[in-house]
Amino acid sequence: MEAQVLHFFEWFWNLFGLWDTLWGLVKPVWPLIWVIVKIVVILVPLLLAVAYLTFWERKIIGWMQVRIGPNRVGPWGLLQPIADGVKLFLKEILIPTKADPWLFLLAPVLAIAPALAAWAAIPFFDGGALANINAGVLYLLAISSLGVYGIIIAGWSSNSKYPFLGAMRSAAQMVSYEVSMGMALVTVLMVSNSLNLTDIVNAQNHGMFKNAGWNFLSWNWLPLLPMFLVYLISGVAETNRAPFDVVEGESEIVAGHMVEYSGMAFAMFFLAEYANMWLISAMVSVFFLGGWLSPVGFLPDSILWLLAKMSVIAFGFLWLRATFPRYRYDQIMRLGWKVFVPLCLIWIPVVGIWMMSPVSVWK
Amino acid sequence: MGARDLIRTFSLGELRQGLAVTLRYLFSPKITVMYPEEKTPQSPRFRGLHALRRYPNGEERCIACKLCEAVCPAMAITIESAEREDGSRRTTRYDIDLTKCIFCGFCEEACPVDAIVETHVLEYHGETRGDLYYTKQMLLANGDRYEAEIAKAREHDAKYR
Repeated sequence: MEAQVLHFFEWFWNLFGLWDTLWGLVKPVWPLIWVIVKIVVILVPLLLAVAYLTFWERKIIGWMQVRIGPNRVGPWGLLQPIADGVKLFLKEILIPTKADPWLFLLAPVLAIAPALAAWAAIPFFDGGALANINAGVLYLLAISSLGVYGIIIAGWSSNSKYPFLGAMRSAAQMVSYEVSMGMALVTVLMVSNSLNLTDIVNAQNHGMFKNAGWNFLSWNWLPLLPMFLVYLISGVAETNRAPFDVVEGESEIVAGHMVEYSGMAFAMFFLAEYANMWLISAMVSVFFLGGWLSPVGFLPDSILWLLAKMSVIAFGFLWLRATFPRYRYDQIMRLGWKVFVPLCLIWIPVVGIWMMSPVSVWK
Repeated sequence: MGARDLIRTFSLGELRQGLAVTLRYLFSPKITVMYPEEKTPQSPRFRGLHALRRYPNGEERCIACKLCEAVCPAMAITIESAEREDGSRRTTRYDIDLTKCIFCGFCEEACPVDAIVETHVLEYHGETRGDLYYTKQMLLANGDRYEAEIAKAREHDAKYR
């Protein structure tokens, strides 16, 4: 890819006889430029997807409630996210008198930065990751656990009751569910024998179903089904989405940590939440649904499969929100610590024994 | 908790049931009414914007009995009256503050001469403070403008009175 782009520029600037001069100037910083280009290529579609996920959510929830959802701004309401964005952008960012202004403004940045930074390790196709690092899983876990700081700092720096309650809840909830999330991933690491995300996807690309052409049955989700569900549900809890949205808890604590925020500062939290939804969708797709791999033998592997899988998972998030009422706080804690963690602790040795046994499907 | 319950819990039985319901409604026909292109039907008893009516000869109906002012639970009506040259009692002032009005329709029920009525009109607005303070002239103008609809609605409802 890089060589082709360079080759194109060489051809283009040679038309004017400027290539050698330009390359002399650009060459020292070319790796930096190339990384920035890749970041832009990932982030721009991501932010568009985030914007349209908000629209899609309103449509889906509307349809499930026998309404039709937003349909006034542009054809079929498709410009609604643009209108929302412009509105939020033009609004004033209010800083409460008693708030800590620096932390108050730092919090939204801390919320959105990890949500975007985590995409560096996601492989979009074979070799198509911004950073194909060997400790990819570790990087993802580390980055995604940073997201909670944005919420806690927002709740504390607002110096207000509801945000503080929201911050307390999110601290407990996100920490609890990271445990079961990490444990569910341990089984994935065991069967794929790697922390590298590209290797994890490729490890799902063989088995007896794969040989029969039913590729999607040899992905991790089937042999690791309980862990797949644990990971999926923990992912919903991790992003503070319904039915685990006690952090925002509209009917109890208004909007939790976001109560005092307005304008773009609020929009940052909003974007972070939806970027995290896409991130969890991508992680589920990569860890359990075979990433970019084609579900059937006669179709080629492609990034489109990854996008399709992510869309299905993201739809699941919206579906859950339209269906279930909010969990009570103690129920969330019970589910995390008394159901998911023991389940993982049982399933990790089960998978280990399975791998060592003659009936292992990962040989 | 029996084995059956345990299986149902861990296979997320209840959750799947709930999800099936919302998935069914995702594809069901939508009941949204696309206001203002589409509107829901209105009862002839609808209580909207107020109007003061006149007799067919042009004489205003209101005789300044002040029953509506007395019955108004929101105290939105203000009436002042005086004797006219021909000796009849008439209002010199008849104001309704629509920002106070709760559209209960008591004024209409109290009126012995069917002078103050609530019309079917619901699409009106004020742009500055005071725009929704309706004076006698404005209410009479409403009555003149919507007399046909008002009379029709009263006729439709007459047999139930």
